[in-house]
Amino acid sequence: MRRWIAFSSIFAKDMRAYYLKPPNVSWGIIFPLAWTGMFFIRSGMGIESVLDLLPGVVTISILFGTTSLLSVTLTFERRNRSFERLLLAPISLETLMLAKTSGAILFGIVNAFIPIVIAAFLADISGIAWSLVVPAIILIGIVSTFLGLFISVSASEVFEAQTFSNFFRFPMIFLCGLFFPVMALPVFIRPLSYILPVTYGVDILQGAVNGEHILSFTLDFAILSAFCIALFLLSLRNIKRKWIN
Amino acid sequence: MKSDNQPAIEVSNLTKHYGEVIAVNDISFQVGNGELFGFLGPNGAGKTTTINMLTGLARLDAGKINISGIDCTRNPKAAQHLTGTVPDESNLYPELTGFDNLCFCAALYGIRKIERQQRAQELLEIFGLTDASNRKFAGYSKGMKRKLTFAAGIIHQPPILFLDEPTTGIDVSSARQVRQIIADLHRKGTTIFLTTHYIEEAERLCERIAFIVNGRVVRTDHTANLLEPVKGKNVLLLSTSNFGANLSKEMGLAFPEYQFQSAASGQIRVESAEPVNVGPLVRFLEEQGIQVTEARRHLPSLEDVFVQVTGIEAGLMMKEKEKAGGGGNQ
Repeated sequence: MRRWIAFSSIFAKDMRAYYLKPPNVSWGIIFPLAWTGMFFIRSGMGIESVLDLLPGVVTISILFGTTSLLSVTLTFERRNRSFERLLLAPISLETLMLAKTSGAILFGIVNAFIPIVIAAFLADISGIAWSLVVPAIILIGIVSTFLGLFISVSASEVFEAQTFSNFFRFPMIFLCGLFFPVMALPVFIRPLSYILPVTYGVDILQGAVNGEHILSFTLDFAILSAFCIALFLLSLRNIKRKWIN
Repeated sequence: MKSDNQPAIEVSNLTKHYGEVIAVNDISFQVGNGELFGFLGPNGAGKTTTINMLTGLARLDAGKINISGIDCTRNPKAAQHLTGTVPDESNLYPELTGFDNLCFCAALYGIRKIERQQRAQELLEIFGLTDASNRKFAGYSKGMKRKLTFAAGIIHQPPILFLDEPTTGIDVSSARQVRQIIADLHRKGTTIFLTTHYIEEAERLCERIAFIVNGRVVRTDHTANLLEPVKGKNVLLLSTSNFGANLSKEMGLAFPEYQFQSAASGQIRVESAEPVNVGPLVRFLEEQGIQVTEARRHLPSLEDVFVQVTGIEAGLMMKEKEKAGGGGNQ
């Protein structure tokens, strides 16, 4: 019970202090809108092509939403030492970091549904396999947040965190099959795609929305889950090593 | 006070390096239940590093830490439910109000909503912050921030409290109020580990004091025992315009009943078991062509003991006080 009170308070505080602030809410709406519009216009195809773009736009919304905010909030709290307050509390580091990241995960998931709502007005989305889309969105949200956490632990300043984030995020747009199929990439670049977790999330979404996927869904989910666990454990190890020294 | 035989804090051979620098060097001490223990030393002596290791904010390189019988050497989280910490700098959330900050800190210890709200109100009243309870922490003055940080450290009524320089950098009246609260907590049985570089603060509040210099504990004793060598001593401070160090010897020969020490600033310290007779001393100095600008009786204090034991000039500690700019010594 005690652990739950602490967990929910950290989550509620972060939602109120960071994620539900007007600039972040507007970012969460405008960003997916802008990407959807941009790729739709660029594609030059009809309104039905929205579904081709949907997996990419959903993923990019989650990726940018989670990594941007988490890295900023964590480095900010480290800078003003309020993160120490959390480290002094009698809750395990695992619980603490799950509480700190849960706000970003939820923010990413909500962001993901904005392009889906837009698509619902523009195209027929009845063919989408929701039983695959929903867990895929949740897992992409978790893996992107933990990637943001991993980046934050390596940064000491907010601008550093943003720079590191961009270093990972922008190549992912091109390498993970968001808008260009992985199979269309040169053969020597493809291995890079498969060491990035988002590739597996996009593969599930492409399969669930457009029926085109490279790997089996089971394998995609398994690899994505493994990435979540690995990134979280690696981040915890780095926090212990770098922040409690 | 608790009657447990188990010390509240037990530290043995604690060591911490930062690269080549030894921040804490093989220190050992015990703090009894309900005791107010002072850790006195200049800036950079290793006080904050020690607190950080005791509270789990820093890893130790060697040694052992026991809090209320719980071995925290490997697992600092094990005893965090028993401890409260007031860090040397305010570390609350600037975007939250004073009231919300306290409620949030209480929730971190698993306190339920109604209880944490009651406790927050109570503490805001004790610290005189009720009027500012709905203001954002970012808009608080330095003294108010310090007081709210103190309140956040005791919101869960911990039996053991770590205070890192609690009065540094705050105004005189806030410092006085904070000291009063420390004394009240101690009276109610809270074990307090207090670090400070204000010698008077340590002397006034602590039952036992450890002197720490360059990461080493050079002396630990009850405050009364530490003060014993200077008890009943009479000290006169003479300020002169052009006193030469070699004159100390001549004065020692002329006045064998007194002990003389000279400082670079031209000040002569005259120590005696009997009251010091000022007239003959001034006349002697004037005969040597030295002008005496001030003669002042000085009550020997812990500062004198600190200087004797550590070899650190009291002036250095004074400079630190001035730099901190606070009301710590008021």
